[in-house]
Amino acid sequence: MQESTPLPIAVGGNKNDDHPPAELKTQIAFRNFDFYYGMFHALKNINLDIYHSHVTAFIGPSGCGKSTLLRAINRMYDLYPDQRAEGELLLDGENVLDKGIDINHLRARVGMVFQKPTPFPMAIYDNIAFGVNLQERLSRTEMDDRVEWALRKAALWDEVKGILKQSGMSLSGGQQQRLCIARGIAVKPEVLLLDEPTSALDPISTMRIEELISELKQEFTIVIVTHNMQQAARISDYTAYMYLGEMIEYGVTDQIFIKPQKKATEDYITGRFG
Amino acid sequence: MNLGLSLRAKRQWANRLALAMSMLAMSFGLVWLIWILFDVFQLGLSGISLKLFTEMTPPPGSSGGLLNAIVGSLLLVGMATLLGTPIGIMAGIYLAEYGQYTWLGRSTRFINDILLSAPSIVIGLFVYAVYVSRVGKFSGFSGVIALALLVIPVVVSTTENMLKLVPNSLREAVFALGAPKWVVISKVTLRASVAGVVTGVLLAVARISGETAPLLFTALSNQFWSLNLNEPIANLPVTIFKFAMSPFKDWQEIAWAGVFLITLGVLSLNILARILFRQKHRS
Repeated sequence: MQESTPLPIAVGGNKNDDHPPAELKTQIAFRNFDFYYGMFHALKNINLDIYHSHVTAFIGPSGCGKSTLLRAINRMYDLYPDQRAEGELLLDGENVLDKGIDINHLRARVGMVFQKPTPFPMAIYDNIAFGVNLQERLSRTEMDDRVEWALRKAALWDEVKGILKQSGMSLSGGQQQRLCIARGIAVKPEVLLLDEPTSALDPISTMRIEELISELKQEFTIVIVTHNMQQAARISDYTAYMYLGEMIEYGVTDQIFIKPQKKATEDYITGRFG
Repeated sequence: MNLGLSLRAKRQWANRLALAMSMLAMSFGLVWLIWILFDVFQLGLSGISLKLFTEMTPPPGSSGGLLNAIVGSLLLVGMATLLGTPIGIMAGIYLAEYGQYTWLGRSTRFINDILLSAPSIVIGLFVYAVYVSRVGKFSGFSGVIALALLVIPVVVSTTENMLKLVPNSLREAVFALGAPKWVVISKVTLRASVAGVVTGVLLAVARISGETAPLLFTALSNQFWSLNLNEPIANLPVTIFKFAMSPFKDWQEIAWAGVFLITLGVLSLNILARILFRQKHRS
C-alpha cells in the first residue's frame, strides 16, 4: 500500500497517528438514514460518523449509493422533486433534513466539487468571487486577497495569476478542476464534498489534486467519493465501503485495506469482485 | 464469398437509390424557394429607388413610395417585440427552471405549443373581437397586440429549449455554492444561453415582419403618414396586399418593391440568427 504524499507540516509518517482517536470530533452524522429515488429505496438505514479535519472516502461499485450519500450532505437532491431522504443527517449536531433549515446557508457551509469540472462562463477571477459575493460583502482589495488565497490553496495561483481576466473555460481540465476547488474553498466552508473529483483527469492532474486534498484537510473536513481504491487508500483517513445501498463496513482506512472485518469488503478491495 | 459480394453490391445499389431519391426531394423543395427568391429579386429590384424611402404611398395613377408603410411596419414590429420578448423570456424561464415538474408548467407548455402553430389569422380575429370591436376602430395598438401574441410563443419555446441545453451539472455547481435560485438563473444559466435566446427573438421578429392576416383586422392600413398608434397605421404587408390586388400598374410595382424589402429583411434576420447561434456553440 502506498503512503500519502508528504505533508508540508510533516507529522510523523503515518497519517492516522497525528489524530489519535481521543481527539475525534464528529462533524457529520447519519442516523438511520434512508434515501429514495421515487419508489426506489437507494440507501438503507445508514449510520455513519464523519470526523472533523479528516478525509473520509466512500468506495463501492457503481450504483451502490456512495454519490447519493455524498449529495445528501448539502441537500443537492432537493433540486429534484422525486428524491427524498428520511432519518437524521446531523451537521455539527443540527439536523440538516429539517424543513426549516436555510439551504443556501447549509450549502455555503458545505462546499462541493463535481466529477466533471464545471467552471462558470465568466473570468477566472469572477469564478472565485461569485460564491464569495453570495455570502459576504468584501471591498475590492479584500476580494483580491480572498481570490489569491483560494487560488494559492488550490495550487493554481502560479499558473493563473497573470490571466485572471481570462475565461475559466479556457483552462485545461486539471486546472478547471482546481479552479472549482478554489471556488469551493473561497467561501470558507467547514466541509468539502468531492464527487469523484479526479475521474476525468490525467494522472499528473490527479496527483496534484490528491496532494491538495492532503493539505486541505488541515482546515476542512473532506468527504470524497472515488472509484479508485488506490486513491482512497492513499488519501483518506477513514473509508466506508458501500454495496447496494448499504453501509457494509466503515473504519480507519488502513484497517479496511489491510484487515477488513467483512468478507464482502475484502472481496471488493482485493479485486475479486466489482 | 460470391454471395457476400452480391449482398454488398445490392446494398450499394440500395444506398445509391436512397441517396438519389433524397437528393431529388431536396432539389424539389429547393427549386421553389430559389424560384421565389429569383422572382422577388428580379421584380422587386426594379422598383427600388430613393423615392421608395422618401415618399408616401401614392393614390392610384401617381408615383410615390413606401415611407409611411416602412416606418409603420418598423414601429409595429418594434413595439410588438418590446412587448412580447420580456413576457416570452420570463415564461420560458418559468417553464425551464421552475415549472418543469409541475402541472401548471406542463399545461402552459402544451398551450404554448398550440399557440405556436395557431394560424395568425385566428390571432388577428381574436384581437379584433376583444379589442377592435369594443373600441370601435382599427388602431396601431391592436396591431401591436396581435403581433406580440405571435412573438410570445416563439420566444417562450426557444428560451425554454435553450435553458434546457444548459447541463444540470452547471446548475448544481452554482447551487452548491449556496446561490438562491434567481441568482443561478440570472447569473449563470441565462448567461450561458443568451445567444440562443437572442436567436429566438430574432426569429420571432422575422416571423412577424411578414405577417399580413393579423394586421388586416387590427392595424389595417393608412394612406398617409401617421405615428399615432390609436389610429390605423400603414404597414408593409397590408400595403403589399392592397397594392398587389389592385389593377394599377404603378401600385403593383410598389408592391413588388415592398415584397423585396420584407424578403431581404427576413433573410438577413435569419442569417444573423444563424451566425449568432453558431458563434455561441463554437465557444
